[in-house]
Amino acid sequence: MREASLGSRLRGDKAFKAGMLALSLVATLPLAFILGFIMVRGASSINWRFLTALPAPVGEAGGGIANALVGTVLLILIGSLISIPLGVIAGIFLAERGRTRLGSVTRLAVETLMGIPSIVLGIVAYIWVVRPLKGFSAFSGGIALAMIMLPVITLTTEETLLLIPVSLREAALALGVSYPRTILRVVLPAGLSGILTGVLLAVARGVGESAPLLFTAFGNPFLSVSILKPVASLPLTIFNYATSPYPEWHALAWGASFVLLVFVLALNLVTKLVSSKWKVQF
Amino acid sequence: MRIERDSGSAFRTLLVLVGLGVSVLLAAIFLSLLLFSRPALLKNGLRFITGTEWNPVTGNFQALAFVAGTLLTSFIALAIATALSLALAILLGHYFRTGALAAVMKTAVELLAGIPSVVYGFIGLFFLVPAVRALQLALGAPPYGVGILTASVLLAFMILPYSASIGREMISLVPADLKEAALSLGATPSEVVRKVSLPYARSGILGGVLLSLGRALGETMAVTMVVGNAHNLTLNLLSPGNTMASLIANEFSEATGEVYLASLIEIALLLFLVSTAINIVGKLIIKRTSAAVHP
Repeated sequence: MREASLGSRLRGDKAFKAGMLALSLVATLPLAFILGFIMVRGASSINWRFLTALPAPVGEAGGGIANALVGTVLLILIGSLISIPLGVIAGIFLAERGRTRLGSVTRLAVETLMGIPSIVLGIVAYIWVVRPLKGFSAFSGGIALAMIMLPVITLTTEETLLLIPVSLREAALALGVSYPRTILRVVLPAGLSGILTGVLLAVARGVGESAPLLFTAFGNPFLSVSILKPVASLPLTIFNYATSPYPEWHALAWGASFVLLVFVLALNLVTKLVSSKWKVQF
Repeated sequence: MRIERDSGSAFRTLLVLVGLGVSVLLAAIFLSLLLFSRPALLKNGLRFITGTEWNPVTGNFQALAFVAGTLLTSFIALAIATALSLALAILLGHYFRTGALAAVMKTAVELLAGIPSVVYGFIGLFFLVPAVRALQLALGAPPYGVGILTASVLLAFMILPYSASIGREMISLVPADLKEAALSLGATPSEVVRKVSLPYARSGILGGVLLSLGRALGETMAVTMVVGNAHNLTLNLLSPGNTMASLIANEFSEATGEVYLASLIEIALLLFLVSTAINIVGKLIIKRTSAAVHP
């Protein structure tokens, strides 16, 4: 093999770095494009009527996404009510008993749950809730979202609690505080910001999910707050409007995308702030 | 005293019960899918993944076309995403580990992961589909716009954050003395990356790529919006196709008849098994690599 000259090696070095930079820009520029486009197109659809009116029939001007906003809030509320308590307790279990056999099985189960495609969890929610109740409902959608949110909350809770020093709990236990009180009043509050981060991340993930809602929450052109009736949701509303042939509906879809994107990105940024400002550190 | 001790044991029991509950939940998910796909498993047998006829009218449900569509879109997306995410990982894990550019790009990658699937699909429908249509016109192919290629490119951008962030972490974990040793022997920085850092971080990067693959296999809404939803088996990238997840999204709420519904659930079962296997292997590789670096 012939040795390459130093000059060509140095040129190769420059080319390599430039190539990496160019590919990285190719990977990240679409984000700027997506954000910019949706901000421009979406913001022009947004007004008070858009946020507070129900959808209008095809051909009629106006129409809003009030039903989808209310539906998404309802679904996230149901999902959170189920997944936050269970997720946090499972996280405490993993942090406390993670090295036992049951602990490692549970961790594997949580990580597996995290990797299951959301549409599969939608089918599971269909089998468990929609079939027995004989109808689509907000409750079934909430169950599907809970299964998506739970592993996020559990894993961040475990990660956070493992950062809390043993000396803190030993101090509490030495003062005669009972074990549950030590966990609930000393360890958990110390890790609160980390747990909050997990909850926000889980909500951000759940709020954008559409696939599992297709055959659980289903969709509803009217305003509904009943957990036993189908409800609309922002992502499914975007899907239905985006795949329709009507330009007026596309405008609504851009508007709804804007609202959803602002919400998700705001949650992500708040999460970053929470975890950097009130970092769990000792 | 007695009350305190009792509440302590009740609390411990609660912890164990919830921990057990998560494992039971996973088992219940698997068993439910298995149970409800039974009629299809019995009727289709092995032909389910070898045959290509998916026809609700004749009652034949064979999923090879969708399995092929899923594999094709996922692996093309993976190839594109791996190239791009490797570049990002090298840039952020080696060249620019701190500074404004690193911060902006890191945030951008994190935000890419946060954009909902349906928004990707909508963007794809409006920009990628016309672009692919123009390409097809230039090549003289039927100008569908939607199809395997369109779905693969869109998927690539959706999955690259996962392998990019893990790859960055793995490359930044390469010990400085190794890199300095190579530099002192006269290696150029790019030679350090290619001959020291990448081989060292190889298995961790592979783990990240596998996690990306897991996402690609199960991705539904964006794919269903741009893949064309055709039921025939095709290996032509420019023609419309379909994937397993996208088929479920399209047909599940309209499926009539026991075998039809069960066949769709069987596809979900297959998706569950494949993505679970890939995720577990990916996680194991990442854990091993991180443990080797941080004993």
